[in-house]
Amino acid sequence: MSQPESALADAQAGGRKNGAPPKGKEPLAKLAERHGLRRAIARPSLPAYMRQLWDRRHFVLTYASSKNVSKYSGSMLGQLWQVLTPMLNAAIYFLMFGVILGARDDIENYTAFLITGIFIFTYTQRSVSGGAKSISGNLSLIRALHFPRAALPLAYTIQEFQQLAISMGVLIAVVLVTGEPVTWLWLLIPVALFLQTLFNIGAGLVLARIGATARDMNQLLPFIMRTWLYTSGVFFVIAPKIEQAGLPAFVADILYANPAAAYIEFMRDILISGHTPRPWIWMACVFWAVFALIVGFWYFWRAEERYGRG
Amino acid sequence: MAELTEELSHVKSEEPDVPKPDVKVHPKPATAAPPGTPTVIVDDLHIIYRVYGATSDAEKGNAANALMRLIRRQGRPQMREVHAIKGVSFVAHHGDAIGVIGRNGSGKSTLLRAIAGLLPPHQGAVYTDGQPSLLGVNAALMRELTGDRNIVLGCYAMGMKPNEVKEKYDEIVDFSGIGEFVQFPMSTYSSGMGARLRFAIASAKAHDVLLIDEALATGDRDFKRKSQERIKLMRKQAGTVFLVAHNLDVIEETCNRVIWLHKGKIKMDGDPETVLAAYNRA
Repeated sequence: MSQPESALADAQAGGRKNGAPPKGKEPLAKLAERHGLRRAIARPSLPAYMRQLWDRRHFVLTYASSKNVSKYSGSMLGQLWQVLTPMLNAAIYFLMFGVILGARDDIENYTAFLITGIFIFTYTQRSVSGGAKSISGNLSLIRALHFPRAALPLAYTIQEFQQLAISMGVLIAVVLVTGEPVTWLWLLIPVALFLQTLFNIGAGLVLARIGATARDMNQLLPFIMRTWLYTSGVFFVIAPKIEQAGLPAFVADILYANPAAAYIEFMRDILISGHTPRPWIWMACVFWAVFALIVGFWYFWRAEERYGRG
Repeated sequence: MAELTEELSHVKSEEPDVPKPDVKVHPKPATAAPPGTPTVIVDDLHIIYRVYGATSDAEKGNAANALMRLIRRQGRPQMREVHAIKGVSFVAHHGDAIGVIGRNGSGKSTLLRAIAGLLPPHQGAVYTDGQPSLLGVNAALMRELTGDRNIVLGCYAMGMKPNEVKEKYDEIVDFSGIGEFVQFPMSTYSSGMGARLRFAIASAKAHDVLLIDEALATGDRDFKRKSQERIKLMRKQAGTVFLVAHNLDVIEETCNRVIWLHKGKIKMDGDPETVLAAYNRA
């Protein structure tokens, strides 16, 4: 029996079963509808999607921590690198910008200033670039198993968050050693990190969808990230530099309002007593968190059924 | 063996050779659909997927050529589209065990992935009752991690809950027979051990519509027998089973219907004897 008849025959056989008189060939879509079959790859509604994602929270967490463990499993020092890597990074930047380029002369407690900037920026940077390759780098997983695809970019952000938790321990030690007092403001540390995490998740989701189809993104991203690094005031204070360059003051405000700078400034405000940021910086932090999260989930979810195609 | 004969008789009884009173309109009653409601409907399905980094015969993948290509045509020649499934339609019913055969690259695995809802159709649609699942978790596992961690990771990846994972954990270790190696990274396993663990994890979950890709039952002879029994058991629990295999004996033994794919199209669809005979002649 060859193919067209077979499909037709099946359709008719199905048609007879429910007593409906078969009129020639019944469209298969109709047959499916009558038996209550659903499209294999239909996109769920956004609330349903969020519920599915919540059901997969164990997978997301296990996947994230597994990736962290496997990352250093080949080295002798193992998980110790999770602490060593941020410390070495901080030491190099301190040597380059603080000692050799002399940025520490103008800035109070430059060590704490710099390390806060680097750790907070790295968290966002790594979440975003991880998100960008979370879909394109896991195609085999996407083509083998069922789960809401947002679990992957989410796992990359959570992986970076686990890394950051260790970095924060290093950071707090540095801040205390450099003579900063412990204040009530420190209670805001989790709040700042929470807002930043929301932003990172949202940005990671957006980049995940872009990276899924625009393959050249992974080549381009390092340059974008470096530009972002230099415009976010990680090594220097933005306002006086803008003044020196003879640019109007609103340029500085724009730079401060960029999400990376906002989260860095917020954290510096909390940890370093001599640091005074723009008074509205916390509003930028809240805005970016909410905006990125909503846009990120919506934008990523819109292409949910297409990620397997590559 | 008792299981097998029982199963075969079960399959036989569902085969529609038995004349049914209500077969009137059907032009070829001999191979009418088996009883049971449809569980999977594939309607004029086309699958196109993208491959990156492919080059044509004329050009080699170096930077100068890439630049010339951009200058000459402004195209995206690095990306090629593969039309893997070209208009496939069929209806599968509850209780069906369908074998999918065909040469390498005929689109068997792609068809399975499309039924599982993992590859988006370019045109047409797949309708299913419940969530079809592909048997296999390889892609979720990480070689650098211990077997122990991979079991947990694989179970979560298949959508299990923490209590289910705890429940199944010992069973998985037992079935795989890897013993104390469960504490070693999977990268240190022999290929047989790795395959055994992967199969043990993948088969720990029950499914409505089960899609089995070939070469699952690997390892030594003892494990092969064990895993084939496990597959039979899973097939019984599942409503509908699709089995892709090159080993035609397995298909003949377990399926009540065979679809022969050739270059992305159905070449033949019918009872195993007829299709396999034709396939062997081709």
